[in-house]
Amino acid sequence: MELVFKRPECLIDVPFHFCPGCHHGIVHRLVAEAIDYFKIRERTIGVASVGCSVFMYDYFNIDVLEAPHGRASAVASGVKRARKDLIVFTIQGDGDLGAIGIAEGIHTANRGENITLIFANNGIYGMTGGQMAPTTLLGQKTTTSPYGRDFTTDGYPIRMAEMMATLEGSAFVARVAVNNPSNLMKAKKAIRKAFQMQIEGIGFSLVEVLMSCPTNWGLSSLEANRRVEEEMIPYFPLGILKERKMADYL
Amino acid sequence: MIGRIEIDKERCKGCGLCTISCPKGLIKIGEEINRQGYFFATWNGNEGCTGCAICAEICPDVAIQVWREKR
Amino acid sequence: MEQDVEKILVRGNEAVAMGAIDAGCRLFFGYPITPQNEIPEYLSKHLPPLGGEFIQAESEIASINLLLGASATGARAMTSSSSPGISLMQEGISYMAGSELPAVIVNISRSGPGLGGISASQGDYFQATRGGGHGDYRVIVLAPSSVQEMYELTCLAFDLADKYRNPAMILGDALIGQMKEPLIRRKPKSMDLPPKDWALTGARDRKPNRIKSLYLQEGELTEHNWKLYKKYEKMKQEEIRFEMLETEDASVIIVAFGSMARVARTTMELAREEGMKVGLFRPITLFPFPEKPLKDLSRKVKQFLTIELNTGQMVEDVRLSVERDAEVQFYGKPPGALPPPEEILEQIKKYYG
Repeated sequence: MELVFKRPECLIDVPFHFCPGCHHGIVHRLVAEAIDYFKIRERTIGVASVGCSVFMYDYFNIDVLEAPHGRASAVASGVKRARKDLIVFTIQGDGDLGAIGIAEGIHTANRGENITLIFANNGIYGMTGGQMAPTTLLGQKTTTSPYGRDFTTDGYPIRMAEMMATLEGSAFVARVAVNNPSNLMKAKKAIRKAFQMQIEGIGFSLVEVLMSCPTNWGLSSLEANRRVEEEMIPYFPLGILKERKMADYL
Repeated sequence: MIGRIEIDKERCKGCGLCTISCPKGLIKIGEEINRQGYFFATWNGNEGCTGCAICAEICPDVAIQVWREKR
Repeated sequence: MEQDVEKILVRGNEAVAMGAIDAGCRLFFGYPITPQNEIPEYLSKHLPPLGGEFIQAESEIASINLLLGASATGARAMTSSSSPGISLMQEGISYMAGSELPAVIVNISRSGPGLGGISASQGDYFQATRGGGHGDYRVIVLAPSSVQEMYELTCLAFDLADKYRNPAMILGDALIGQMKEPLIRRKPKSMDLPPKDWALTGARDRKPNRIKSLYLQEGELTEHNWKLYKKYEKMKQEEIRFEMLETEDASVIIVAFGSMARVARTTMELAREEGMKVGLFRPITLFPFPEKPLKDLSRKVKQFLTIELNTGQMVEDVRLSVERDAEVQFYGKPPGALPPPEEILEQIKKYYG
């Protein structure tokens, strides 16, 4: 028998700190698989945001830079502008990109910075203990929306992928999920595509991944997984929202 | 048997995603706990594994390795 | 060769931009704000032909973070702003100090607090030297007092930032930024600097580098903070820069920095014409502050008059330096017009004799 599935090369062999059933581990692995696939480990720089994905440097065997909360898009752009030969990616949560970092996120896409942004959308602030996020659903109870999100005071959940796809500077925008094997395979393809866009110099790529947060949703791992399907996907539809076929300048 | 898997019981957090993903239902949460205190997933080792690796793909802790017979 | 060196009439802000380019800076990220716009405007024109990168970012927050990213690759990069924009950058500066990243931040101060005004002030002294951002860090702060110094100190700032792996700030003000003076565009001699083997350049044939400021393990952060402290102590030993004029026989010394030092100098000359023995002490590094030279002076001279374009900031450092050895008076003017030398002379007469 031959080994057909093992840990990606560039994913360091240490346990993940993520909660049981949290989809972050899957997403980190898919990113590592893409880096292995394109053989770019030696020229990839990761930019860690603030949130559950802050420990990026413990997991990827690559150079990693820590950014202030919300600023990873700008920091990654700075790296890329200084070294256009390097592949630069970020993993940002819904607070990091959708709240405090929304200006930097939008303008990074608008300038068409040739980086890859993985947007980890679990509709809640994980690391800080379960507060409402810009992508928290209406009616959803969190520690700062104890009566359920109410659009009259809290606004509506933001559909980041759609918003970013309207910008001319975005070259590839997709929303995926990893809650079942079929969605997971599409997510794998999308993440690989996003890195390919960067390698080919086509422009800014964003993959929004719908993820579960069992701990802060107050659900078991399997219930949380089901919630992605039943509650998140209807509001945040999956698919490729934008795909530029050739570089801007052509 | 065309395929087999190995679950790293110390890495497994008992999340159960593999148990609902295996098309043949060959993985179950066991009754023993690992050093972290999690009830880890176990594979029944019986006939039926095709080495599809769906369990490994869905595992958030990269705790599963998969082998398959060469075709 | 002497004849190859330009002597040109330039604005202070342009001199900063020229200094950056001559120091090898090829990356600039900034946002428009009066009174420093000549810096981004000059660099937007001159960086691209040199293969450099210029971004007018969406905010000062984006600017400082672009700077953080670029400097992490080992490249020389700069941002500039003015007081309110520098406030926005404080988080990024703290992160850069904690992550030990070198970069140059230029503050062409205007008046505050809040939206304030666009005229010169020295109200950002505390912001620059007392941290501004959170945590126990310091920024190397250089205070030019002429267009020539805007150029030379910018070059120096890049070297010092690299030498210590720490942010360095040029603390100018609207007056020096906007004034035009002759500049001899000769790049000062560079320092010997260690290679940047900590930089993020892609982990080929080496262990990955990581640049961060988060230290959660037991004892890690304590150790890290002591490491930073030692750097600042070394700066205090080796990097103090100041100017002393006519202090040997002085019985009153004016202490001033930046544009106020120009007023102080004229005041000193006027005083000397009237037979008063007045000297001038001009700190050039505001951090590290020239404590020891001031302390040494205070053993002979017992009257210091600190003049600032604010309501009292650097005077605290002067008092800390001389301790009980001398009397330190303060004459300050909040932002608005610079006081004429005659006005300062009036103050001197109060304390002279």
